[in-house]
Amino acid sequence: MTFKLTASVLAIAAVSATAAAARDNVQVAGSSTVLPYASIVAEAFGENTDFPTPVVESGGSSAGLKRFCEGVGENTIDVANASRQIKDKEIKACAENGVTEIIEVRIGYDGIVFASQQNGPAFEAFEPTDIYNALAPKVLKDGALVDNTYNTWAEFNADLPDVEIAAFIPGTKHGTREVFEEKVLRVGCEESGAFEAMKAAGMSDDDAEDACIDVRTDGKSVDIDGDYTETLARIDANASGVGIFGLAFYENNTDKLKVATMSGIAPSTETISTGEYPVSRPLFFYVKKAHIGVIPGLKEYAQFFVADELAGPDGPLAQYGLVSDPELAATQAAVEAEATLN
Amino acid sequence: MTDMKNASDAPRKRISLTETDAHTRKRNASEARFKAYGLGAILIGLFFLVVLATSIIRSGVPAFTRTVLEVEFTLTQEQFDAAEKQLFKTKAYQAVFIDAMTQKLTEDGVTASFDNAAIERLLGKIGNDLRGHYTANTGDLGKSVNFILPASSRVDGYFNGRVTRDTLVDSRFLQLSDLDLVDALHDAGLLKQGFNWTFITGADSGVDNPGGAGIGASVVGSFFMMLVVLVLSLPIGVAASIYLEEFAPQNRWTDLIEVNISNLAAVPSIVFGILGLAVFIQFMHLPQSAPLVGGLVLTLMTLPTIIISTRASLKSVPPSIRDAALGVGASKMQAVFHHVLPLAMPGILTGTIIGLAQALGETAPLLLIGMVGFVARGYPDGFMDGFVEPNSAMPAQIYTWAARADVSFYDKAWGGIIILLMFLLTMNIIAIILRRRFERRW
Repeated sequence: MTFKLTASVLAIAAVSATAAAARDNVQVAGSSTVLPYASIVAEAFGENTDFPTPVVESGGSSAGLKRFCEGVGENTIDVANASRQIKDKEIKACAENGVTEIIEVRIGYDGIVFASQQNGPAFEAFEPTDIYNALAPKVLKDGALVDNTYNTWAEFNADLPDVEIAAFIPGTKHGTREVFEEKVLRVGCEESGAFEAMKAAGMSDDDAEDACIDVRTDGKSVDIDGDYTETLARIDANASGVGIFGLAFYENNTDKLKVATMSGIAPSTETISTGEYPVSRPLFFYVKKAHIGVIPGLKEYAQFFVADELAGPDGPLAQYGLVSDPELAATQAAVEAEATLN
Repeated sequence: MTDMKNASDAPRKRISLTETDAHTRKRNASEARFKAYGLGAILIGLFFLVVLATSIIRSGVPAFTRTVLEVEFTLTQEQFDAAEKQLFKTKAYQAVFIDAMTQKLTEDGVTASFDNAAIERLLGKIGNDLRGHYTANTGDLGKSVNFILPASSRVDGYFNGRVTRDTLVDSRFLQLSDLDLVDALHDAGLLKQGFNWTFITGADSGVDNPGGAGIGASVVGSFFMMLVVLVLSLPIGVAASIYLEEFAPQNRWTDLIEVNISNLAAVPSIVFGILGLAVFIQFMHLPQSAPLVGGLVLTLMTLPTIIISTRASLKSVPPSIRDAALGVGASKMQAVFHHVLPLAMPGILTGTIIGLAQALGETAPLLLIGMVGFVARGYPDGFMDGFVEPNSAMPAQIYTWAARADVSFYDKAWGGIIILLMFLLTMNIIAIILRRRFERRW
């Protein structure tokens, strides 16, 4: 009797599963940096329109774009969030699976800040060179390229505290890592003269560039594969730790963290939107054009996201910590026209 | 031999039962020491249990309270029409409310300094509460309505002691001067603390709205997942166990199957998550983030547990029962279903409930099938939709909250743990009661 009942319940569930293929909610996945903003927009979208609230999953930019490129159809996601631009390789992978028309939407900018414990040693000002000297496997010392044996920050810059180097940097699956490599490590490598020294030692340009963004593996630099809460927990436990955070995360936790300037500029929404603060990056989401008109509310979601009321300087996204894009009007027009990449 | 010889040579030692000799004392001492070790181990265990429980309760209790603003508010038809024309309607409602609030506080003669921005900082996301009320009750337009609206998470933190005047750093979320206004409103009886029903009944909220977050929707998600696990793993598990235990011949094949079932029970759960992603979502095209898929994955994980415990309880039924049934002419199947299975049932149910409890607390496989993020955003529309509509589960929801920047989501995560533990405790108590009431000993 019970078996019969359970069997029939199961059968109905299976039938309704296939019937539910007609999906009525927008499905989003990708960057954990964009996730907070997407969740704010998704909640507001559900409250302010007649469409159901979109589902936003996390997982990282690369994982999101990979799922985005799996193909066209209701069992694939409609929108991929990314904290970096889509790569040519990914566009190609998309095209192979039939995802040929991709709409790129830039939602604003995110600053990447270096912060330490509120009551910890005085990390107040960094230059890219300092970060490079602290974290690179090989550094320039007295004109020669040697293995990095620095133990404390003060060993290479007397202005920095004399405490053990302990840096918590985003792991390689994060989009943030790439920005850190490009805008801090590479710049520091060039400014400290290590880049020239590498080339002088007979390395090709490409090899030297790759060597520039390596980090030391002796435990002074720790990759954080989780999110910023994990970095915060590490900093909490280690008074001399220096961690990398998104601006919004730092602003939500100013009672625990103090931020350092980079090249003399303090990070804030103003310095990032003017481009003065050097370590920032644009945030994107990508829309599958083939799904517009099939999945109800998809285009409306994209338009709602970049509307002045949401992504503008006075909107809830800026309130949470997104640096709004001065060229938002152009983005709105592009979404309206459904302009695709290439 | 030598002992005996020595014993006979030496003068015979008198052994008394009333006096303890050195050897007995040594044995007694070692027994006492062993008891002390055991007691010590239990005390250490208890100590950690108490530490764990107090830290969970202390961190989780703030999630169950919230600060609310109770105030009379009137919205006119014109304001309603104007707000409904906007794209971002809830924000428009909020703006109207803040204006009215500023006016009211000025009239009331509140001494603390304030402006619209300060009031906005003190309030949670109230736009949807207002809009929801007026779209459902258009008759209330133009009338004075008593609203109970959530205050911001920072104000909550101030009353919970997380935010203090000493540690507060002025930010766009809260400024030191706002706390004077908070105190003034609290004295005037407008701001008060209450039980946070939203946390029990609500769904997940956006990251800027910790006050609106609730675990209710993910409890429902977990419920549907457990339902799938129960209706699949109980019949399959019991059927497999009965066959293996009562009917299957003992040969290399059944040995192989047995070894594999034992091994499956030890496979890390994340493996089942990857399997679920590859088979159920990518191959069978079942919907993503659906409790149905979560339930299927957890069924795979629970099956070995259920099979092992069912076989153990079938084994514990004495062979005499089978022999007696067969002796009076019952077929093998009749012997099993009429006599062995009913006697084994309490053990089977206990094993099933323990297996379900294990599945209920499992997060790892859910990471891969799309249940982490902003997923549990509402209740399903109907019973059947509950299986396929995107939803989260309790442990996945707790994981999601713990990763958010706003500290008050961290409180919610702890509060969620309390709710999850309550469910687990209930299930385990049911298992114990079943065993106590129905178990038979021979």
